[in-house]
Parts: sequence; structure tokens; C-alpha cells
Amino acid sequence: MYRQGRYIIADKKAAARGIFDIIVNCPDIAELAKPGQFAQVAADGFFLRRPISICDIDKENGTIRLVFEVRGKGTEKISELNKGDLIDIIAPLGNGFTVLEGKKAVCVGGGIGTPPMLGIAKQYGSSAQVISGFRTAGIAILQEDFAKAGCDTVLCTDDGTAGVHGFVTAPLEQRLKEDKPDIIYACGPSMMLKNIVGLAKQYDVKCEVSLEQRMACGVGACLVCVCKTVKDGEQFLSHVCKDGPVFDGEEVDFT
Amino acid sequence: MSERLKVNVCGVEFKNPVIPASGTYGYGREYESLYPLSRLGGISVKGTTLHPRQGNDGPRVAETPAGMLNSVGLQNGGAKKFLEYELPNLLTKDTRIIANIAGSTVEECAELAAMIDESAVDMVELNISCPNVNHGGAAFGTDCAVAGQVTRAVKDALKHKPLMVKLSPNVTSITDIAKSVEASGADAVSLINTLLGMRIDIKTRRPILKKNVGGLSGPAVFPVAVRMVWQTANAVKIPVVGMGGIATWEDAVEMMMAGASAIQIGAAIFADPYAPVKIVDGLEKYCEENGIANISEIVGSVQPW
Repeated sequence: MYRQGRYIIADKKAAARGIFDIIVNCPDIAELAKPGQFAQVAADGFFLRRPISICDIDKENGTIRLVFEVRGKGTEKISELNKGDLIDIIAPLGNGFTVLEGKKAVCVGGGIGTPPMLGIAKQYGSSAQVISGFRTAGIAILQEDFAKAGCDTVLCTDDGTAGVHGFVTAPLEQRLKEDKPDIIYACGPSMMLKNIVGLAKQYDVKCEVSLEQRMACGVGACLVCVCKTVKDGEQFLSHVCKDGPVFDGEEVDFT
Repeated sequence: MSERLKVNVCGVEFKNPVIPASGTYGYGREYESLYPLSRLGGISVKGTTLHPRQGNDGPRVAETPAGMLNSVGLQNGGAKKFLEYELPNLLTKDTRIIANIAGSTVEECAELAAMIDESAVDMVELNISCPNVNHGGAAFGTDCAVAGQVTRAVKDALKHKPLMVKLSPNVTSITDIAKSVEASGADAVSLINTLLGMRIDIKTRRPILKKNVGGLSGPAVFPVAVRMVWQTANAVKIPVVGMGGIATWEDAVEMMMAGASAIQIGAAIFADPYAPVKIVDGLEKYCEENGIANISEIVGSVQPW
């Protein structure tokens, strides 16, 4: 179940250089949305919509939050929208994360893969640890939001300008050794996801990953957004928009 | 809905001339939470092959100015799944169902047609124009003799259903292909399938599509489609179903004036999932405002200079 419409942007700010944070007033979508789902956002003057993960959902106020990076001319166009403007979105799309009630979670975000971790981390509050990695301190986003949700946060930067110097996998492995969570959620570059799935397997922890791919319809009709998956030894070309964007880590073929 | 939009294509009556095109609408399941599928004249369902197909590796899509390239490669669950799982659901939707079929050999096309012929679909659309498969597809649709041969084989296999043949624009003369399939028994033709194109990522010097090339669709191809529909409608006696870049009701009117008895909507649905029903409403209003008793009156009504 999803909706398409033009909705008012209730707030907009720059989260970091080239990264924008918008709140969309869309009660019907907020009502339906689950953490891990995404929106197909129209960019004026461009033919295809841009898939953007839903960062957070506020059912009470009827809003969703989208945090996205300017990657090309389409996302640049979307970034030019301001508070009060209308944004054309189709949402919520895809399957979202599995929430394990009363359990412990580790949420791992890499760069612009970090925003979808907020919605799911909030479901766990103080039972969630959020490990997020960025190239450098200047683009380390959402840290205060995770802290405000009561989560334990571990910040990593590739260049050591903030937090742990290095990749997210080191603190993740340390956590797995010391206090095994019930589930790991991850979104980010595919090499990062591959390594996280490897660790999850090694320590026998359930792991869900959120993938991205070039899309057209976003709802499962056009079949362009393929990713390789394996189930019971058989290989499939699954579709990120409908079968995902959240997949069981073990089922994704990262080769 | 009034009688104004009723059209007849080779004996099949559609409540309106608006049909989502094959490959852009799945089997309707993804859109029926937005509006009842009964609003549509018909649905040309995802291309079906005899056996399930995985399709091509990704990326399968690249954006273009006013359009997109795709290289899906006929990913589908095969004829058995279509007949047993998708069709029973579609038959409850009160809209015409067009089975779009494709095969890698003439024999396979005929075998598939015979299977579909026994079902409750309203029409068969033979795809001889897919640019994204290595066997069959456009290889059938770019040679007059082969196009005629496969049309004849499928026509012979169909005892109960009318046959529409979907043509490729990637040919020197689409009218020659259209005349060949008409002479071989086609009851209608639909056109255009996508135009072969390519995009390159200048940073990586790699094509964006994993298959290097793919089919161009969207508003970018609309004028090409109008021209080909016009030429074809003037070259054959069988009905022409027009498609290629239609995004608005005005485009639909233009395509019908060029000679299309009905129209298919494809890539526009990705930009706006409501596009097909907006076009239906627009056509209704257009007829009302212009005193047109039935939309068929405008078919082929262009007055060339």
C-alpha cells in the first residue's frame, strides 16, 4: 500500500555540505510507513524519480523525514526545493526492516546509508547501538538524533577527523565479541555490507541490509532494479524496490 | 463512463482506448491500490515466454533527456505461472486482457500461442521487437520474411484469439514489416517498441547499462512514434494500436489522429502512476467539449499538407 501525491515541505535544512534534510507533511504516507522503506521523489525536469530512503517517521505529526545527498543533477534539483514548496512523492515503498520486539540491535550506516538507520534505531531506543562511518567529520550526520533516541553511538571516520579512525567493521566486530546483539541492520557501500554480512555470519547473528539500485517505477512493475540474491542454493535476479530494499544479508550475492 | 470512449480493435471492444503497455505495468497488481483497474480500456501484460526467464544483469535502466533506456530482457515467470497465477486474478478486474508473448524460435512462439489460445485472454500481442534479448525478439521483427513467418506460425496456432503483432522501430521501413505481418494473418499491429540507444558514464568510460545498449522510451520517442503510426496506418488495412512516449491526453489524441485505433501508455506510468486514468479522463472531456460522439471519429483524421 502506497500513495502518490504532491505534499508540502514542512521544514528543510542542510545537514552537511551537499546533504539535505527535509520534513514532508504527508499524514497518509506517514500512517503507512515503516522504517527501512523508501520514497520515489520527482525531480522537476527529469523523467525518472529518485529513490530516497525514509530516515524517520512521525506518525503523530503526520510527517516523514528524508535525508539525501546531492549525487547528480536530479538530486540537485530536489535539493533546491524549500520549506513550503510541494514535493511529488510516491511512498512508502519496499518492505522495510524486521523489528524484533524487546531485543538488542546494532545499526550500521555508511555515509549516506546512515539516514535509514534512524527510524529503525528509534524502535530500539537504548537497546540499539548505532555505528556510523563517514569519510570525514564534516559530513558526519545524524549523531545527535541517534543520541536523542537513547541509542549508544559510535562514530567512525575514514580520515580520523572524528571518532574512531577507520571503518565501521572494527567496532562492530568488537561489539559482536563482547555483547552479541540479536540483529544487525546495515546500509551503505556494497563492500561495507559484504563485510558486515560476513561478520554476522561468523558470529551467527541475524543481519538485514538495505540495498540501492537505479530504479524506474519503484513499485515492482518495470523490473529494472535488479540485484543478485541466493535462496536455497538457487540464484535469482530480485528487485530492490519490491523484494527489498531490505534483504536478509545471507541472501544477497555481493559478487 | 460513457459510450464516447468505446473503441473496437479487430473485433475486441474496449471501454476506452487506453491500455498500459507490456512491461510497464506488470500484471496490474502494483497499481490497483491506487485506482480500480476497471478504469482502463485494457492491460497488455508483462511479456510472457514459454519458460521462466531471469532477464539481464543490472543496471538495466539509464535516464535520458525526456526518457529512459531499459534492458530488462523479458524477465518473467513463464507461461504456466501467467496462466495459473496472474490471469485468474486479472480476469476479475473488468478490463480487457492482452497477453503479450515472445519466443526465441518460431516453434516456441507457436507453442506458446497455442497454450494462451485456450485461456480467457481477449487478445494476443506477439512481441517481435524486444531489443534486449539475444534470440528472437527484434531479430524476428527487423526482417520482412522472418516477421511474416513467425506471424503465420502464431496465427495458425491461434484458433480463438485475434493476433496483434508488436513492431520494432529499429528498421529501415516499418511499413514493409507491417505489410508483411498483415499478409501473414495479423489482425492488428501495435507500435512502436523501444528505439535502440546507449548511454556512457564518462567517469568510468563504461556504458550505464550492463548490456551496453537498451531500448529508449518516454516522451523523447513520441514524434518518432507518431510518424511511424501515421505511415503504418496509411500502409495497412488492419487496425494500428499506437504507443511510444504518450504521457498526456493531448498526446493520445495526437496519436489517434495519426491513425491509432487505441493507444498504449508505457514509461509515463513510471513518472506518474495515475497517467493512464488521467488520459482516460482527459479524452472523455475532450470528446464532450468538441461534440465528438465517439473517439473513433478522430482515428486517422490528420489532414496532411
